Amino acid sequence: MKRNWPLHVMLLPTLVLVIIFQYVPMAGIVIAFQDFKPWKGLTGSEWVGLDNFRFLFKYPDIGQVVWNTLVIAFFKMAAGLIVPFLFAILLNEVRLMAFKRVTQTLVYLPHFLSWVILGGILLDILAPDGGLVNKAVTALGFEPVFFLGDNNWFRFTLIVSDVWKEFGFGTIVFLAALAGINPALYEAAEVDGASRLKQTLHITMPALMPITIVLGTLSIGNILNAGFDQVFNLYNPLVMEKGDIIDTFVYRLGILNGKMSFATTVGLFKSVVATILIATSYRLAYKFANYRVF
Amino acid sequence: MYHKTLGYKIFNIGNYVFLGLLSLLCILPIIHILAVSFSSMAPASSNLVGFWPIGFTTDAYEKTFGNSNFLNSLGVSVMRTVLSTVIGMALCLMTAYPLSKEDLHFRGRTMYIWIFVFTILFSGGLIPSYILVQKIGLMDSIWALVLPGAVSVWNVILMLNFFRSLPKELEEAAFLDGAGQLKTLVLVFIPLSMPSIATLSLFTMVYQWNSWFDGMIYMRDIKDYPLASLLQTIIVQQDFSKINVDPKQLENISQRTVRAAQIFIGALPILLVYPFLQRFFVKGMVIGAVKE
Repeated sequence: MKRNWPLHVMLLPTLVLVIIFQYVPMAGIVIAFQDFKPWKGLTGSEWVGLDNFRFLFKYPDIGQVVWNTLVIAFFKMAAGLIVPFLFAILLNEVRLMAFKRVTQTLVYLPHFLSWVILGGILLDILAPDGGLVNKAVTALGFEPVFFLGDNNWFRFTLIVSDVWKEFGFGTIVFLAALAGINPALYEAAEVDGASRLKQTLHITMPALMPITIVLGTLSIGNILNAGFDQVFNLYNPLVMEKGDIIDTFVYRLGILNGKMSFATTVGLFKSVVATILIATSYRLAYKFANYRVF
Repeated sequence: MYHKTLGYKIFNIGNYVFLGLLSLLCILPIIHILAVSFSSMAPASSNLVGFWPIGFTTDAYEKTFGNSNFLNSLGVSVMRTVLSTVIGMALCLMTAYPLSKEDLHFRGRTMYIWIFVFTILFSGGLIPSYILVQKIGLMDSIWALVLPGAVSVWNVILMLNFFRSLPKELEEAAFLDGAGQLKTLVLVFIPLSMPSIATLSLFTMVYQWNSWFDGMIYMRDIKDYPLASLLQTIIVQQDFSKINVDPKQLENISQRTVRAAQIFIGALPILLVYPFLQRFFVKGMVIGAVKE
C-alpha cells in the first residue's frame, strides 16, 4: 500500500487558503449580531443580539429591494431557459456546417466579455440622444427611449441585455442533448409520414425535457441572485426604485456607508435562504432527473 | 422527405435569415465601438458613425496610451492574470490529484471534499471578506486580488473528474516502478491532462482579466487598479474624482472616441484568446455536464 502522507501535504496549501479566505469570513458573520465598529474590532464591539434582524424587517426599502431581486432574477431565469431552448432547436435545423459554426462563434462571444465592457458598450448604444438603438427606434417612428434611466424600462433592459449576453452560451448544453438523440427515431417518424414540425414537437422537444427540468430546478437556487455585476454596471440613481437589488443594497450600505453590521445581516439573511434553496434544488434535481454534480 | 416540402423550404430560408440576424446582433455592438474608436471626434460626437469609421484616425488610441493611469492599470491586470493563473492551476492540480483517489485508498478524502464543497454552498459574504483583507494587511496589495480567489472549487471538481477518467493501470504501473505520489502526479497525470489544463487556464485567465469588483474595494489608490476596475470607474460610473490629471487630459479621456478605444482595448485580450477558448469549452462543458 502506498503511503498517504504526501496526499495530505499536497492538499495543505489549498486547505490553508480556503480556511483563511472562506471559513474565517464565515466566522466573521458574528458581526451581524454586533454593533460592529472597525476601530473596536470583533472582540471590542458591542453585542446587540437580534437587533439588526429586527431593524432589517422594519427597514423601509427592504421590501422593494427583495421584490426587485425576485422579479429580475425570475425573468432572467425563465428567459435564459426558453431562448436557448428554442435557439438550439432552430440551430439544429441548419445543414450548412460553416453557417452553423460561424453562428455559434458569434453568439457565444458576449458571454466572455465582462459587464464592465458590456456596460460601457450599452451606455454608448442605448444613449437616449442618438445612441445606435435609439436611432433605430426613432427611424421606426417611435419616441426615443431612455432605457437605462427610465423606471418603466430599466428591468426590461436588464433582462433583455442579460439574455443577449448569455443565450448563446446557454445553447451549448441543449446542443449536446440534441446530438444524443437516436436518429432512428426521426427515420421511423419519417416513414410514418410525420412532418418536420411534428417531429420537432414529438421527438426533439421531449428529448430536451430532462435537461430542461434539471436546469430549471438548479436555477431555483439562484432566485436571489439578480446579477450584481450587471446591475451595478448599469444602474444609476434615476432607476434605484426598480433596479436596486439585494447585492447592490448590501454594497452601498456596507462599503460606501460603513454600516457593516447591518449589511452583513442582510448578506447573511440572503446566504441562508440561498443555501437552503440550493440544497433543495440539488436534491430535487437528483430525485427527478438523477442529476449529480460529482 | 421533409426537406423537399415547400413548407420546410420556406421555413429553412426564414430560419437562416433569422439566425443570421441574431448572430449579427451579438457582434454589431462591438463593431460599432471599434468603428467609433477609429473615427474623428466630430462625426463620433454627433452620432454619425455606424459600423465603419468616419474620418479614420488613431488619435483615440494615442490619447489612451498617453494616459499614465491606463498604462498602470494595464500592468496591474497583466500581473494579476499571470499570478492567479499560475498559482491557481498549481493549486488546482495539487488538490484534484489526492481527491481523485478512491475513499478506500485515501482516508480523509470525503472530509476534504466536504470542506471544499461547503464553500460553494455558503460564504461569509462581502463585508466579512472585506474586513478580513483589511485586517491581514492585504489592502492595496496585488495579493488581495490573487489569493482570495486562488482556489476555484469548480475547477478542482472538473479536474478531479478528468483524473478519474484516466486508466487506473497507469497509476499502478507508476507505483510499481517505485514512483511516489508527487512523481506520479508530475510525470504521469499532468502530461496526460494537458488539454484540460489548457482549458481551465484559459477560463481562469478570462475570469481574472474580467474581474473588477475586488480591485475597486481592495485598492484605495487608482494607480493600483486593474484595468477592469479603472474602466468601471471612468467609463461606466464616469467618476473622475480619483484620477489625478490636469483638465486637458481629463477632457481627452472623456471623449467618446477615447472611451470607445478604452473599451475595445479592455475587450481585446478576450477577443484574442477566444478562438482557442472556443475549441476547448464545448468539450469541457460536456465533460462537466454529462456523466453516467
